[in-house]
Amino acid sequence: MELKDKLVSSFLAFENTVDVDTAVHDIRSQAIKTFEEKGFPTKKEEAWKYTSLNAVLKHDYSIFPKEENALDFKDIKKYFLHDLDTYKIVFIDGKYSSHLSETTHDKIDVCLMSSALTHEKYRPIIENYFNKVARKDGLTSLNTAFSREGAYIYIPKNKLADKPIQIIHFSTGNEAAQMLQPRNLIIVGENSHVQIIERHQSLTDNPVLTNSVTEIFADKRAFVDYYKIQNDNQNASLIDNTYIEQHAQSVASVHTFAFGGNITRNNLNFYQKGEGIDSILNGITIIEGKQHVDHNTLVHHTEPNCESHQDYKGIFGEKATGVFNGKIVVNKEAQKTNAFQSNNNILLSDKATINSKPQLEIFADDVKCSHGCTIGQLDDNALFYMKSRGIGEKEARALLMYAFANNVLSSVKIPQLKSRINKLIATKLGVNIGFDL
Amino acid sequence: MLEIKDLHASVEGKEILKGLNLNVKAGEIHAIMGPNGAGKSTLASIVAGKEEYEVTKGGILLEGEDIEDLAAEERAHKGVFLSFQYPVEIPGVTVTNFMKTAINETRKAQGLEEMPAKDMLKKIREKSELLEIDRKFLSRSLNEGFSGGEKKRNEIFQMAMMEPKLAILDETDSGLDIDALRIVANGVNKLKSEDNAIVVITHYQRLLDYIVPDFVHVLYDGKIVKSGTKDLALELEEKGYDWIKEEINA
Repeated sequence: MELKDKLVSSFLAFENTVDVDTAVHDIRSQAIKTFEEKGFPTKKEEAWKYTSLNAVLKHDYSIFPKEENALDFKDIKKYFLHDLDTYKIVFIDGKYSSHLSETTHDKIDVCLMSSALTHEKYRPIIENYFNKVARKDGLTSLNTAFSREGAYIYIPKNKLADKPIQIIHFSTGNEAAQMLQPRNLIIVGENSHVQIIERHQSLTDNPVLTNSVTEIFADKRAFVDYYKIQNDNQNASLIDNTYIEQHAQSVASVHTFAFGGNITRNNLNFYQKGEGIDSILNGITIIEGKQHVDHNTLVHHTEPNCESHQDYKGIFGEKATGVFNGKIVVNKEAQKTNAFQSNNNILLSDKATINSKPQLEIFADDVKCSHGCTIGQLDDNALFYMKSRGIGEKEARALLMYAFANNVLSSVKIPQLKSRINKLIATKLGVNIGFDL
Repeated sequence: MLEIKDLHASVEGKEILKGLNLNVKAGEIHAIMGPNGAGKSTLASIVAGKEEYEVTKGGILLEGEDIEDLAAEERAHKGVFLSFQYPVEIPGVTVTNFMKTAINETRKAQGLEEMPAKDMLKKIREKSELLEIDRKFLSRSLNEGFSGGEKKRNEIFQMAMMEPKLAILDETDSGLDIDALRIVANGVNKLKSEDNAIVVITHYQRLLDYIVPDFVHVLYDGKIVKSGTKDLALELEEKGYDWIKEEINA
C-alpha cells in the first residue's frame, strides 16, 4: 500500500486511541480530508522543484509508536547540551520519556502537547492558538491530523524562561522503518523571553521520516530565539514545518544548523502582524555524500516599520545538493520595511549542486529590500597564504570554511551552544583545531 | 641557508626562471632587484612552495636539504617565510587567531606542545609593540579593509611571530609611506640575527637605506645577471636598468 493510503486508512484507528470529545477533533478530521485531497508534494509544484520525496516515501513506515523504548542517559548524553542547565522535553520513538526530561509548571509551562490537547484547563489556549498560524498544505495537514505529542511551551506575559529549553526526539530503530510527526506549540506572552534548542536524532540505520510542525506565537515585545540542530544520520529524513506569528515590536530568530541527514527540508515561515517587528533567519549548511538540504523560507511583512534579516551559508561537498528558496512578501501597507536576504555558497566538488532562488514580492513603494546570492569555490590564493604560514591543507580549508560561516555563528546567544556548534563544525570538516575566532 | 642551483621554472608552459643561481648564508641580507616581469615574485613564490609553478630543472636547498617536494606548509615548518606582495584578505579570521593557529600548527608539526595562552598573548603584545601595531587592529579580520601600509606592516608582524630562518620580503616597501617604512625596516632589523637570513625583493633603493643588504643581485629575464654590494643598488637607482640590459644583449 502506498504511504498516503496507509496514512488515510489509519486515521480511524488513530482516533480510537485519542479523546475525540475535544475541539481538536474537528480540526484533525478536516486535516485528514485536506491531506487526502492534496497528498504529498511532488516536483511538479514550484516549491518542491528541486526536492523529491519519492525515495523516502517508499519505505513501509510504522506510523504509530508502539512500545516504550528506554535509553540510558550516558549513551545519549552527547546529543544534549549537558554543560548547561536547561529544561528538557525528550521523546523516544515519538513517546515522551519522563526520566530523560525536565519539565515545569512553575510560572511557565514547559510540558507536553498530549497534556495540552486533553486537559480542560488548556482548552482556551488550544482553541485560540492550535493550528491557527500553520498553513493548510498537505504535509502540515497530515501532521495536524495525527497530532498527539510534542512540546507545549507557554510563557505568560512579563516572564523570562529562566533557562533554555531543549526539545529532543530520538528514534531507536526498534521498528524497521518509522515515521514521526511531532507537533509543537509555543506561546510567548507580552515582554516575555524564551530560548529553545531542537534536535532530531536517529540512533539507528533503519529509515526514519519525521514530519514535524511547530507553531510559535510571539506577542508584543516578546523575544524568541530558536535553534535547530540537524546533524542526523544517513537514513534519517526531516521535513520541518515551522510557522511563527509575531506581534508588534517582537524579535524572533531561528538558526538552522543543517549538518546532515538524508533529505532535510525546512519550511520556515514568518508572519508579521504589527509594527516594529524584527525577524531573523540564519542558517549554516555543511553537507557531503549524497545529502540534500532544502531551505524554503517565507517572510510576510504586513505592517509598516518592520525588518527581516536572512543570512544562509552553505558548504557542499561530494555529491551533496542544496536548495535555498527565500520568499519575501511586502504588503502595500508595509511601508518603511527593511528586508534583507543573503545566501552564500561554496561548492567543494564538481558534482555538488546548489539551487538558489530569491523571490521578492513587493507591493509597497517606500521599502529597502535587498537580496544577494553567491556561489563559489575556496580561494586558492587564500589557501596558499595560510599554508605559507604553516597551516596544513586540511586545516587551511577548514579555517576558510569556518570563517565563511562565522558571521552566522556570531549571532548565537547561548555560549555553550556556540561552542557545541563549533565542535560539530570542526568534526564535520575533519579537523582538530579550536575555532574560537 | 638557501642554495638555489640552476633553477628553471615555468607556469602554464611559459618559462619564467631560466637557470637562476643564488646562495644565501645564515646572517646575511640579500637584495634582489630588477625590472618588472623579470621573475622576482615568481622566485619568491617558488621558494615558498606555490604549486602553480613547475620546476623543470635545478633545485632549491634549505640548510642543505632539497625542499622541492615539500608542500608550502612543510616549508613554513622548516622556517621559510614569505612576506606577500599582495597579502590575501580573509574575512572571518582575526589576525590574532590566524597567528595562534599558524604558530600552534607549526609547533604541532615540530612535535611541540601548543603554546600556552599566556605565552602567546605575551608574544603577541611584544611583537605588536615592535611593529607599533594598535591592539584593536589584532582583533580585525585578516587584511580585510586594511590599507596597503597596514597589510605590509601586518606581514612583518607575522614574520616577527613566526621567527623564520629564511624570510623573503616581496616588495614589502610598496604601499608604505616613509614613517611606516621606517617602522617596518626597524622591525626587520631587530629580527635579524646570525642564525637567520633575509632576501629582500624590491624595485627601489629606498628600502635598502634602512635594511642594508650584504649583497645586491639583479634579476633579469629569469636569471641573476649581476651581483654586487649595496653600491650596485645605488647605481641602479641612478642609472636605471637599461645599461644592464645593454650589457646582457651586447
